[in-house]
Amino acid sequence: MKKTADVFPLTEMASRFVGQLTQCQKLKLKVLEGSDKHVLIELPYDPQLVGYPDTGVIHGGVITTLMDTASGCAVVCSIFEQFGALEISPTLDLRVDYMKPAEPFKPVYGFAECYKLSSSVAFTRAIAYQDSIDDPIANAVGSFMRISPEMVGEEFRQALMGEPRHD
Amino acid sequence: MTNPSHSESDATKLDFKSIVRKATELNDFGHLLEHVPYAQFIGMGVERFGDELVFKLPAKDDNIGNPVLPALHGGVIAGFMEMSAIVQLMVFMQTTKVPKVVDFSIDYLRAGYHKGSFAECKITRQGRRVANVSITCWQTNRKHLIATARAHFLID
Repeated sequence: MKKTADVFPLTEMASRFVGQLTQCQKLKLKVLEGSDKHVLIELPYDPQLVGYPDTGVIHGGVITTLMDTASGCAVVCSIFEQFGALEISPTLDLRVDYMKPAEPFKPVYGFAECYKLSSSVAFTRAIAYQDSIDDPIANAVGSFMRISPEMVGEEFRQALMGEPRHD
Repeated sequence: MTNPSHSESDATKLDFKSIVRKATELNDFGHLLEHVPYAQFIGMGVERFGDELVFKLPAKDDNIGNPVLPALHGGVIAGFMEMSAIVQLMVFMQTTKVPKVVDFSIDYLRAGYHKGSFAECKITRQGRRVANVSITCWQTNRKHLIATARAHFLID
């Protein structure tokens, strides 16, 4: 269990970031991995999220939320690694292509990477899958606006950095 | 391995079809939203004005993303708009089949604050198998959109 944090050093920070977002708490999103290159988030199955009651398939909006969260989180991690700063980047746009419905009663995984970080915009891509990343449910591309680190409130900063540094 | 929830989901299936039929008969698609768990999860509703539908998403603490502003989670806005498009298509086509989303592209224009939001849909083109819908979302003023989106749905 400890291994993830060793291999992917930003897992804890990413986890605290996602934990701060109320909607993500409600969806019970869990960060499995976080690094300067990627983020992997788990969305557990929940009957409350069903969008197609005849089949039990979860709503596309939930997948979009997972994609938006994972992509945004990948941007936060990428900026933190490169600049040592905390920036919360709002989404400019997000496009999600749905390949197939998510199978009911199984978790969905969201894998996101920030593949380019420019001075004012961050570009992301993400994949949602269940059994294998090569058999995706959905694919997303997004762009995020970079804003100044001062826009992040002190309370939020502390919540993200965790308890007074423990290194 | 047999799935114990199988018979249960069959029952819901029949149930849901009759719900959709009833909503179509009554011309009240709020009835349908009441039976879609995700629509309840975010707390959305719909108002009908003649032939027009305006979807609404009242302020709800659970829908917050960024706690600093506080602002709605972008994914909730997207889910709300996507569900609006689905209902709009069902009303327009008078169908009991739920359209399947193929792609969904959203542009965020402003932060969505912790207050009521509204959405309106326009079916740009409806083909035999695919429909193209554009959706707009605003809060206090229709002219100040917080997001626009376009989506394709499979409708056969």
